[in-house]
Amino acid sequence: MSLIQLKDIVKTYEDPKRKTKLLAIDNVSLEVEENEFLCILGPSGCGKSTLLNMIAGFEKQTSGSVHMNNKLITKPGADRGVVFQQPTLMPWLTVWENVSFHLMLEGVSKAERKKRSLEYIEMVGLKGFENHFPYELSGGMNQRVGIARALMLNPSAILMDEPFASIDAQTKSDMQEELVKLWEKHKITVIFITHSIDEALILGTKVAVMTRRPGTIREMMPINLPRPRDVTSDEFNSYKRRIRELLHEE
Amino acid sequence: MTSSFWNKNIFRFVVPVFLLVFWEVISRSGLFPMALFPPPTRVISVWIDWMFGTNGSSEINSGLWLEAVLSSGMRVMSGYFIAVAIGVVLGVAIGWSKIVERLIEPTIQMLRPIPPAAWIPLAIIWLGIANKPAIFLVTLGSFFPIVVNTIYGVKTTDKNLIRAASMMGSSRWQIIRYVIMPAALPSIFTGLRLGIGTAWALTVTAEMIAVKNGLGYVLWDSYYFLRYDLVIASMASMGLMGFLMDLLIKKIMDRLLHWQRNTSVQGMQ
Repeated sequence: MSLIQLKDIVKTYEDPKRKTKLLAIDNVSLEVEENEFLCILGPSGCGKSTLLNMIAGFEKQTSGSVHMNNKLITKPGADRGVVFQQPTLMPWLTVWENVSFHLMLEGVSKAERKKRSLEYIEMVGLKGFENHFPYELSGGMNQRVGIARALMLNPSAILMDEPFASIDAQTKSDMQEELVKLWEKHKITVIFITHSIDEALILGTKVAVMTRRPGTIREMMPINLPRPRDVTSDEFNSYKRRIRELLHEE
Repeated sequence: MTSSFWNKNIFRFVVPVFLLVFWEVISRSGLFPMALFPPPTRVISVWIDWMFGTNGSSEINSGLWLEAVLSSGMRVMSGYFIAVAIGVVLGVAIGWSKIVERLIEPTIQMLRPIPPAAWIPLAIIWLGIANKPAIFLVTLGSFFPIVVNTIYGVKTTDKNLIRAASMMGSSRWQIIRYVIMPAALPSIFTGLRLGIGTAWALTVTAEMIAVKNGLGYVLWDSYYFLRYDLVIASMASMGLMGFLMDLLIKKIMDRLLHWQRNTSVQGMQ
């Protein structure tokens, strides 16, 4: 039984000004297995973020259903940790307070919260920055805080919406590597949205290639490449060529 | 310490000192009758007597400055705190809930353009004279900037922060308490600072008409007795108290909103 199931998802947006309907996602069905690293790849505007937002519970599909652990998803919850495109940290909270935000909601004591958050802060390589505020850190560091926060929820799945899109190339490649390590070590399930073919191939166990609007899944492609992935290898490039062809077919 | 203090603050004093010297010179030049245009030195001497009862030059007010300030201050604080409580709660409710917004906002926007001072006749009829109408007026006047800015702060909260909080399992109340409130705090403080200014202005207005003590009363009473030195000393006292209260709010704000500093023009200095 797969962990997450999307069934016949359709999403239309109403444009109240022009009295028209826009079909954003057209009949997407998709299953995500436990411990899978699924990359959803597609051009901008293909509805890939919308898809993720539905799994997160932020947006509602027009028809179809999203299940996780056989339960219908109707609203956001801590069983799905989201890492946003921007770090989206509370600017008035320190790093450790941001990371352990959900423990505060549960009424866990301050000392306990701090102690437990340190482990995750260390995990994303930010030891020593726990008392800093987001404005004192770089974009990449803040994004790490966002990842630590999602990990600390100990969720069934981590949903990542182009989290490295606004990070410089060097930092990006470091963080991709670290993310893969975290995924291998902690046996988590990741759904990762990206518009970069390379990124999808560096990270994913599977890549779902989406087409331009209205978004559909063109192909679900298992990636059988050894890790760490070698971006210069022939196999890597033949996958890349396949995906490029799929994206250009339209 | 002294030299660096002066280096840093010298600019703050240039304009006030120049104005005072200019005023002193004009006043002593005999261009106008000195009683109607008293020089700053005389205002200060009367003010000192009003404060400490040194030479009796402020007559019946001699030594009663603190009392006047406290009566005015008490009205300001009472009215202001009521306005803050109602304004923030209502502002958050209106900003957060579409239903509350439709229910209440049009009424607020219709009452808002009415100058608070125009309520004085009704305030006196309903509440009599002395403290009650003054506090009513202060509440009314400082309520509007506070509520309007709170609404704005709540409505402009980053949607993604709310998403992040609900992703971590926040209930509606927790979102309001832990996301909306802190996110709206910069705007709320804008309202609080505008509100305190209005509060002082309206206390004085009320005191000139419906109250028999306080800075506004001394001002109006001195006007009847052609004591323009005292009139100016009252004005200066109001300015000073308004300034100090704003300073206090600003200090609290800087402490609470340090996280905002580096994302604004302030952070560049």
